Amino acid sequence: MEPTTTIARDGFAIEPTDRDAILRERAHYEQPQAACIEALKIIQRRHGWVPDNAIPAIADLLGIAPAAVEGVATFYSLIFRQPVGRHVILLCDSSSCFLTDYEGLRDAFIERLGIGFGQTTGDGRFTLLPVCCLGACDRGPALMIDDDTFGPVGPGDLDQLLEGYP
Amino acid sequence: MTDALQRLRYRCQLHQSAGERREDTHPLTWRLHDDGTPLDLADYRARDGYAAVETVLRQQSPDDVIDTMKAANVRGRGGAGFSAGVKWSLTLRGDGVPRGYIVCNADEMEPGTFKDRLLMEQIPHLLIEGMILAAYANHARYGYIFLRGEYNEAAKSINRALAEARDAGWLGADVAGSGFDFDIALHTGAGRYICGEETALINSLEGHRANPRAKPPFPGQSGAWGKPTVVNNVETLCNVPAVMRHGADWYQGLSGHLSDDGGTKLYGVSGRVNRPGLWELPIGTPGTEVMERAGGVVDGQHLKAWLPGGGSTGFLLPEHLELGLDFDTIGQAGSRMGTGLLTVVTDQQSIVSLMRNLEQFFARESCGWCTPCRDGLPWTVRLLQALERGEGERGDLEMLDKLADDLGPGKTFCAHAPGAAMPLASALQYFRHEFEQGVRYEPGPAHADPIPVGEA
Repeated sequence: MEPTTTIARDGFAIEPTDRDAILRERAHYEQPQAACIEALKIIQRRHGWVPDNAIPAIADLLGIAPAAVEGVATFYSLIFRQPVGRHVILLCDSSSCFLTDYEGLRDAFIERLGIGFGQTTGDGRFTLLPVCCLGACDRGPALMIDDDTFGPVGPGDLDQLLEGYP
Repeated sequence: MTDALQRLRYRCQLHQSAGERREDTHPLTWRLHDDGTPLDLADYRARDGYAAVETVLRQQSPDDVIDTMKAANVRGRGGAGFSAGVKWSLTLRGDGVPRGYIVCNADEMEPGTFKDRLLMEQIPHLLIEGMILAAYANHARYGYIFLRGEYNEAAKSINRALAEARDAGWLGADVAGSGFDFDIALHTGAGRYICGEETALINSLEGHRANPRAKPPFPGQSGAWGKPTVVNNVETLCNVPAVMRHGADWYQGLSGHLSDDGGTKLYGVSGRVNRPGLWELPIGTPGTEVMERAGGVVDGQHLKAWLPGGGSTGFLLPEHLELGLDFDTIGQAGSRMGTGLLTVVTDQQSIVSLMRNLEQFFARESCGWCTPCRDGLPWTVRLLQALERGEGERGDLEMLDKLADDLGPGKTFCAHAPGAAMPLASALQYFRHEFEQGVRYEPGPAHADPIPVGEA
């Protein structure tokens, strides 16, 4: 647990800055397992997703079983286990957005991007995913692109919206 | 960000201006800036911020705090409505018991719920102050704010406030010179509705899959890492500083004649109304007044039904809007107040389609831990999809009745499935004719040529 450079395992290396960030998180908890969700998020911030060979590297760094990391990585919806596009669109499909024409917005996205949920555009620009209630119910239908929340969004707003994410 | 994008950007805003909010009537929101910018430490201090911590930690015992909270009857604002003071009085403490944790449930993923975001984005020091008082009362040594991963603005605001509070001595060793040590870390989630369930949240905090745990032991006895752990909702904790500053009688008086419960509530309305939004009002405010503030349903449509507090609460009818919105009154009407944010359904919207949408949400978000939830919810979705297409079979409604019962309270590990069952049962009760319209009574191809007995 004392290397100063990268942690390498199965061809995957955790960058030193990420390693430090993960160990800083580790200090907040009684047990190292607790830092594993944040570790996955840190790896994802750098790579866009969490490749399979990152799992044992995280497990090594935290001193926990790879299966424990894998179990968590497959449970949470914001941890991506396949490559995603440069920008991830999270479209809220919960009740308030449903009642304010989420379906029209969804259809417009699917038509405009030419992909369905869980897919990435051919140019690698966008991945489209459904998401739980975004807590923006007073401005439905709502969505997130990367870290930005928008709402209400109508089908006519799509071009402007997508232009902001080249 | 371009102007066009800024225009589309979501901003969480209270629909009451500073002129409408007073210190003695709006304990949660009186300090907020009208433009929605967050209060920094100087702003918060200038408006009596941390005054409760300053006096309580020096002059009162932890038991005094609990007594005041019990007398004020602060009922948990996360949905269940359990008395926070009673919950705190059940926390294991005493000689030989390790100091445990106070955890703020800031997961807010209940469909239709958008209130805690306001408090965290705009007045994070109020939450921190509430957590310090809760930690003191519960002998906690450390706190976590368990925030859903999608709330980036809230994360920024909370992190800034935590750093300010630590620098100013409100967090860390010897809080405000009182001899009490306490610090808080922000823990952000990675997306799963079940993380909002108290014990699933603790599992997730510990870095596991967010499966619920059996109770007992209750978290107050054995929670995070086996230590006494108190989990409270954001809005609940944000009520604590004012209760401790002004007392139980004052808090009770906020709701006046409207309710036996004390305090105010962040009420909100979403759906096809003219002015969807959020207001801080006395608890027990009638639904009619909240709907009036929301400007009523949009032109040409009429109110058909409403959910009083998120997707896991039962449908109520227009006439129920006369009721005061508090835990007991809404409970007696057959629903739950839940988070107190009204989801409005108009006469031009299909209850069957909305139920299909809701049950898809619950099915997707089931953690898979117990069978009725894991298997029952997808089954419910399939039946509703068929009814929505007009391809339901005879017996489908009875099967939905049975599923609503089998998914109900006491038959599953946690409240996820009962939360899915409640709107379904009420929809079948109030809008049965809409479901019946989806049943295909004409013999379809499957029935046209029954296989003769003996030839199967």
